[in-house]
Amino acid sequence: MELLLPGLGIIVWTLIAFVIVLLILKKFAWKPILKSLNEREANIADSIATAKRVKAEMAQLQSENEALLAKAREERATLLKDAKETADKMVADAKNKAKTEFDKILADAQVAIQQQKNAALTDVKNQVGNLVIEVAEKVLRKELADKAQQEGYIKQLTAEVKLN
Amino acid sequence: MVSRSVKLLLALAFSVFLTLGSFSSFGQEEHAAPVAGEKKEEFNAGKTIIHHVLDSHEFHFFNIGEHAYAIHLPIIMYSPERGVSVFSSGKFEEGKVAYGGYKLDEETNKIVAVKEDGSVDETVKAYDFSLTKNVVQMLIGAILLIVIMLNVAKKYKTTGATQAPSGFQNAIEPVITFVRDDVAKPNLHGKHDRYLPFLLSVFFFILINNILGLIPGSANVTGNIAFTAVLAVISLIVILFSTNGHFWGHIFWPPGVPFLVKLILIPVELLGVFIKPAALMIRLFANMTAGHIVILSFVSLIFIFGQMSTVAGWGFSPVSLAFSVFIYMIEILVAFIQAFIFTNLTAVFIGQAFEAGHAHDDHDPHHHGEEIFV
Repeated sequence: MELLLPGLGIIVWTLIAFVIVLLILKKFAWKPILKSLNEREANIADSIATAKRVKAEMAQLQSENEALLAKAREERATLLKDAKETADKMVADAKNKAKTEFDKILADAQVAIQQQKNAALTDVKNQVGNLVIEVAEKVLRKELADKAQQEGYIKQLTAEVKLN
Repeated sequence: MVSRSVKLLLALAFSVFLTLGSFSSFGQEEHAAPVAGEKKEEFNAGKTIIHHVLDSHEFHFFNIGEHAYAIHLPIIMYSPERGVSVFSSGKFEEGKVAYGGYKLDEETNKIVAVKEDGSVDETVKAYDFSLTKNVVQMLIGAILLIVIMLNVAKKYKTTGATQAPSGFQNAIEPVITFVRDDVAKPNLHGKHDRYLPFLLSVFFFILINNILGLIPGSANVTGNIAFTAVLAVISLIVILFSTNGHFWGHIFWPPGVPFLVKLILIPVELLGVFIKPAALMIRLFANMTAGHIVILSFVSLIFIFGQMSTVAGWGFSPVSLAFSVFIYMIEILVAFIQAFIFTNLTAVFIGQAFEAGHAHDDHDPHHHGEEIFV
């Protein structure tokens, strides 16, 4: 039965002890501890939020970078294409120019050859004329001496002319 | 430096308790037979167990022969007629002699005023404010709690809020956050900051006394009804200071019931206000005392069998020890669970006291939450 009867002494001492514990711990323990806990939790929440934001920014930056890279690649491709086209064009131009030059030189050469040929032909014609006159002169001079001999001579002369 | 020496002193005191306490279970049998008579006195398990669960004026460890090895605690008596008297309980010599006009009644374990010739003086009213075993251990627990918590708080101050916890801080912090997030927050509808210091103090005060009470040879502080009564009354005061109009309206004019039923319900509801903390008081007291009684019963079994025959006593001791170790493990669990239940139910009752009218639900699962726990 004594088990169920509260003693006066322990009631008083428990009351005093608990109130002291409550007051001391409230002021010097729970307050700073709970404050620190809240601060830390706020800090952690903050850090996580910041990390998330940074991550999003990073992702955005990355996508931007990728876009830039793609654009650069495209540009490079166009540049290369342009360069190739220009080079091809230059080569073609050079070829064309060379060809026209060559054609011109060829034409000039042909013209020159023709001229020289003509000049040579003229020269030949003049020389043939002179020869003809000389031959005629000699024939005329010989004819006067021997008729048969004359004819033979003419034949001989004409044969000579043919050789030219 | 001061806190270090205090710590050293406490460590020393507890190691003394521990080493001496390990003998206490063997000392029980002798203790039941204070006077070595012509033959060994009959072992009375019930008496021994109740004696060990009750409060006492000394930390009694064992007897060798007729000499009792115990720490005698101071007795503080107050009576309007005689004033205050303070002396050691050793002066009573286990209730055999009277001292300073007082005598320890062996039957009731109470200190009574006596006349010169040694008979009880009924005219003198005596109030016992002695530092009994329970009081001393509770004070040690309180000091230990304050030292631990101040150290932990200091660590928070020195390392700052951004540092990860370390050392003992690591052990305390999850418990604090548990009380905050799982006890205060769900029950106190956003007002938890105001009640958290009270709830934390109650939780840790009960917890440390539960744990200290498990040390062999120590006092059964939380299994003392006066201790739990004080905590329950403090809870009741906090609950009453938290009430709002809706709470009282619900008690004095229960809504939604016929008039005659109201007349029946009013006293029931009004009683409920006081029954809730009374249940808190009895639950903690009964749980802790029951645990101690069960352990002591298993140990007593050895001596009961030993009285039949020495062989039976020795033979049964391994079984008995195994069972008491098992119950001991459960008691460690119970030490935490009961601290949690007391705190949680206090939080629930406080929450009910200022629950807003519109949020109220008659089938609120919290309403009879206390019935879930044994």
